[in-house]
Amino acid sequence: MVENRPFLTFLTHAFLILGFAVVALPVYVAIIASTHDISTLMSGPVPLLPGSHFIENYTQILTSASAANGLPNYSHMALNSLIMALVITIGKIAISIISAFAIVYFRFPLRQLAFWIIFVTLMLPVEVRIMPTYKIVADLGMLNSWAGLTIPLIASATATFLFRQFFMTVPDEMLEAARVDGAGPMKFFRDILLPLSRTNIGALSVILFIYGWVQYLWPLLVTTDPGYYTLMMGMKRMVTVQDGVIQWQLVMAGSVLAMLPPILIVIFMQRLFIRGLTETEK
Amino acid sequence: MAGPPFLCPDQSGRGSMDTKKTTFNNRLLPYLLLAPQLFITLVFFIWPAAQAVKSSFEREDPFGLSTAFVGLLHYQRLFEDPNYLDALSRTAVFAVSVTALSMLLGLAFAASVDRLVRSGKVYTTLLVWPYAVAPVVAGVLWWFLFNSSTGLMPFFLEKIGIDWDHDLNGTQAMILIIIAAAWKQVSYNFLFFLAGLQSVPQSLMEAAAIDGSGPVKRFFNISLPLLSPTTFFLFIINVNYTMFDTFPIVDATTVGGPAQATTTLVYKVYQDGYLGLNLGSSSAQSVLLMLIVMVLTFVQFRYVERRVQY
Repeated sequence: MVENRPFLTFLTHAFLILGFAVVALPVYVAIIASTHDISTLMSGPVPLLPGSHFIENYTQILTSASAANGLPNYSHMALNSLIMALVITIGKIAISIISAFAIVYFRFPLRQLAFWIIFVTLMLPVEVRIMPTYKIVADLGMLNSWAGLTIPLIASATATFLFRQFFMTVPDEMLEAARVDGAGPMKFFRDILLPLSRTNIGALSVILFIYGWVQYLWPLLVTTDPGYYTLMMGMKRMVTVQDGVIQWQLVMAGSVLAMLPPILIVIFMQRLFIRGLTETEK
Repeated sequence: MAGPPFLCPDQSGRGSMDTKKTTFNNRLLPYLLLAPQLFITLVFFIWPAAQAVKSSFEREDPFGLSTAFVGLLHYQRLFEDPNYLDALSRTAVFAVSVTALSMLLGLAFAASVDRLVRSGKVYTTLLVWPYAVAPVVAGVLWWFLFNSSTGLMPFFLEKIGIDWDHDLNGTQAMILIIIAAAWKQVSYNFLFFLAGLQSVPQSLMEAAAIDGSGPVKRFFNISLPLLSPTTFFLFIINVNYTMFDTFPIVDATTVGGPAQATTTLVYKVYQDGYLGLNLGSSSAQSVLLMLIVMVLTFVQFRYVERRVQY
């Protein structure tokens, strides 16, 4: 700080605390609501203090609640979300790092074209090509399968660019030294590039895991079999009640559980998260 | 492949297409390494996009038995359809509101945290986590908060004379999804603005302080102009986010209603194509969206080089 201004510093703290209170409000209310029963919630605005139904609600959501909506067990959906997020994370990193390796360390005909084809994925998010992509996945018989859920999401221009960027900063002497020692390209990749990329892989994993965990539209399109529902699908089904009352206490308990894993990752791996975020989104 | 056997000198100059000065000279290996990525991109990105372009010029008979080339008919219809034009302007309002709201808050938080030396880290932790909340969850949380029978907000709004019911009032439904979408994005903007502010040279600030400018003046005369590349970058990213990543918020809460009041362009593609099975129109809408993303992406990449250079 350039100079000491106690009053301005006080205002700064006050503003940030107020800001945090507003940002945290919906989550606080969700946690509170998940500890009350439905009659308390329906009889007026949500209480501001926790109720006594915490264990009951969370037991219900984890064991039986979702069956009422024709959904699989909540823990089953959580497992699906986890599998989907992990496959997408590992898949994206694996195919991006080898493509970046090819683009940086080799010269070959059509290299420029390959680069542009990868770049195009940035411009075609699933949202803009809903029907034709759905049709292809259907034609390939990949509806309601893990392959259909994950493979179409695995191409990633941003991860490729990040690794390319990083490889360009690796000193050329590394490659020359490796070659003097008689190392081939794959040995160089495995023994030198991969270990050097550890931090980048870590940072990217955090971002990609969140990306995979929160996927919504794609699973909505390609899975009709409840056995493949992820937590995000479950959220939608739980609030889509044709007639009758939305079981808000369970919806809120479900929301809390669904946002907990990625929030914990962001908080506890904050440095990797910030690095991943600010370096991939260029 | 032409070129000396082992060491290929780099002649390309600097640019996005650089390789190393030294490269391996295997012929098959690079193609194998690129194969998975290229395969997925071709099959699941480029092919469907080409299909969308193709079927935007065609009409399929109701049984899907034959298709006829109809030229720009679907596009022409879209631009004569008041529903589509409404969705277009609505999406613009939505994108600009979310972008403005989340960027202003992000900047305000970043400027505050940047002032604090020791406690800054704590506040950063307190403010970054909404990024990790899924859009669908964010939508449901705010929906619940504003729910007319159980929510906290309508209760308070009633006290100041506002009758809140986003199930009936289109404007209120729009405000609801703007808040939910902006809430999720504040932490992102905050982190980028903070990174930008922290790279403003301290010496500049000190010099200005010696010349007698106070913190507020320094912020507007020094920090803000230096942040303009970050601001521009975030503007593009946020518009992109609001247009495409907010689908779950709409789908889980307002479902595009009431009376289409929250039907954004992406939601309309989904409604007309996936739910309404109107392939031609949905494809034409997809093609228009692709054009929008292409423009945004090119603008973003064109300016990205200048982004963090102070």
